[in-house]
Amino acid sequence: MMKKFLFINILLLFIPFKSFALIEVDITRGNLNPLPIAVSPLSIDENSRKNFEKILQKDNLGSEISIIVENNLKTSGLFNPLDKNAFLQAPDIANLKPRFEDWNLIKAQALITGKVTFKDEKLRVEFRLWDILAGKEMMALAFTTVPNNWRRVGHIITDKVYERLTGEKGYFDTRIIYVAEEGPKTKRIKKLAIMDQDGANNKFLTLGNELVLTPRFNPTSQMVTYLSYFRNLPRVYLLDIETGTQEVVGDFPGMTFAPRFSPDGKKIIMSFAKDGNSEIYTMDLENRIVEKITNHPSIDTSPSYSPDGKFISFNSDRSGYQQIYIMNSDGSNVKRISFGKGIYGTPNWSPRGDLIAFTKLHKGKFYIGVMRTDGSGERLLTENFYQEAPSWSPNGRVLIFYRETKTDANGDGFSAKLWSIDLTGYNERLVKTPTDGSDPSWSSLLSN
Amino acid sequence: MKLDKILKNVLLALAACLVLSACATQKVSTGQMQGDVYTGTDTIEYLASGVPDRVFFATNESVLTTASRETLRKQAAWLRKNSNITVVLEGHADERGTREYNLALGERRANAAKDYLMTYGISSDRISVLSYGKERPVDSGSNPLAWSKNRRSVTVKAN
Repeated sequence: MMKKFLFINILLLFIPFKSFALIEVDITRGNLNPLPIAVSPLSIDENSRKNFEKILQKDNLGSEISIIVENNLKTSGLFNPLDKNAFLQAPDIANLKPRFEDWNLIKAQALITGKVTFKDEKLRVEFRLWDILAGKEMMALAFTTVPNNWRRVGHIITDKVYERLTGEKGYFDTRIIYVAEEGPKTKRIKKLAIMDQDGANNKFLTLGNELVLTPRFNPTSQMVTYLSYFRNLPRVYLLDIETGTQEVVGDFPGMTFAPRFSPDGKKIIMSFAKDGNSEIYTMDLENRIVEKITNHPSIDTSPSYSPDGKFISFNSDRSGYQQIYIMNSDGSNVKRISFGKGIYGTPNWSPRGDLIAFTKLHKGKFYIGVMRTDGSGERLLTENFYQEAPSWSPNGRVLIFYRETKTDANGDGFSAKLWSIDLTGYNERLVKTPTDGSDPSWSSLLSN
Repeated sequence: MKLDKILKNVLLALAACLVLSACATQKVSTGQMQGDVYTGTDTIEYLASGVPDRVFFATNESVLTTASRETLRKQAAWLRKNSNITVVLEGHADERGTREYNLALGERRANAAKDYLMTYGISSDRISVLSYGKERPVDSGSNPLAWSKNRRSVTVKAN
C-alpha cells in the first residue's frame, strides 16, 4: 500500500542530445570552489497554486520545491546556489528559454528551471537543467505523483542534477534511521527515529520504554534491523517501517547484537555473546537457518559485508586490542588489515566496495577514517573527543556518524549529535535532529 | 576447561597486580584508583551487611583484581547462605569505546564475575548475565575517575 503511495512516475521529456565539454563537477577532491548554480523558483499557474495551497497549506509550492533543491545542493558542498534576489528573469519565461546573458551576468554556470501544475488531483513537476556558458539544455524531466510527495520531488530533482553534473548517483531521496536520545547521561531514554536525509518528516518509531541501539537499513528495502532490550533481554530485532511490524530474529540463549543486513537483504549478520565470548553468526531470514562464521575465544563483533557479499569485515580483539579484520563470507581466510597506531572499531564497507570506514582511538582522541580493503591508504577524516559508527551514503561519497561531548567538572553538558562529512574530509556538517541523536544509518535511494 | 579459564584469570590477575603496583607509586593521585582500577567506595551498594554489590576493572580488561575476588567471595558466601536468591550480573564499560565492542566487553566482564562465583559453589542456574555496554554509567563525568567507576560488574538480586 505504502509502495503505491511512494511511487513516482518519471518521464523523460526530451532525450538530451549528446554534447561534450559541458559543465562537470569533480567530487573526488575537496571542493573549495563550489559550482555557482541558479535555482529558479518553479513557475506555477494561479489555479494550481490555489489548489496546492488548499491541499498542502503551502502558499507557493513552486518556490517551496526549489528551496528544497537549493538546500540539498548547498549541503552537498559541491554547489553554490545563488541569491534569488539577483535573478533577472521571471520563472515561467526562464523555463521556456533562458536569456543566457542574464544568468551569465550573475555568474551562474548552471540553471535549474521548472513548472508545477495541478492535474487530475496530482502533482506534476517538470524541470530543466541548463548549461549557461554553452547556452544549452542539459536535461529535462517530468514527474507525476500525489501532492503529499512534494518534498520527495525536490530530492529527486536534486539527485538528477547531481548525477548529470558529477557523473555519480545522488543521495538526496533517502532517509536516515537513528537513535533519538533524551534525558540525563546516566539514564538515557532512547527511541528509534527516522527522518528524510535533510531532517524533514522526523518520526519516532518506538516509545522509549526499552533501550534500543544500532538500527541499520536493509539495502534493498525499507526494513530495519536493530538491538532492543525489550524485557531486559538484549536481542536483535527486525522492523518493517511501512507496517510497523516487529519481530525478534536473534532469539539465541544470550545477547545478540551488532546486526547488519547482507547486501542482498536476505540475511542478517550479527554477534552472539555467551560465556564471555562474542562470535559472529548469520541468519537466513527466509528459512531461519543459522550459521556460525567466526570461531575464536576473543571478542568478534561489528560485522559488515562487502557489497558483492563475498567478504566480511569485522572487529576483533584477538591480537589483544580492537583491530579490523576481513574474512571470506564463510569465515575462512581471516586477515587483520588495521596496523596503524591505536585501536580500531566499527568497520563499515563502502557501497562502492573499495573502502572500509572505521572508528579509531589513538592517544585519547577518536577519529573517523577510511582505508582500502587491504588496510593500505588509511586516511583520517575528522578528530574529536568522541565519535564513532560511520554509515555510508548510498553513493559512497558521504559518511554520517555520531559525536558525543565531554562533560564538565560536574558531569553536566553531555550531548550526542549526528554529523556528516565528505569522503574528501571536507564539508563537515551537523545534521539537525529534534532531540539528541546517535547510531545513524543511511537508506538506499527510495526511487531510481 | 573451566579450571583452565580460572587459572588463566588468576595468572592474569597476578600479572595485572604486578603491573599495577609498579605504576601505583607514580600514578595514583586521588587515592580512589590503583592504576586505573577504581578502589573507592562512593558508588558501592550492599547486598547484605559487609557484602559489596560490585567489582571494578581496568581499561579494556575483564581480569578480576585481588579486591574484586575478595568481594566476589563475600557474595558467594552470602549466596550460599541464602540459597533461594538468584542474581543478575550486570556488566558495564566506560564511554571511551565503540558501542558494539563495549556490549561484548560488558558481557565478558560479567562472565568473569560469574565464573568466579561458580568456583565458589554457586550454581550457574542462579546467575544470569546482562551486558549494558556503555549505556548505563553511574558517573556522568568525562574523566579517568568517572570512567573507572563505570567499568564494573554489578550483582543485582533478581528475586
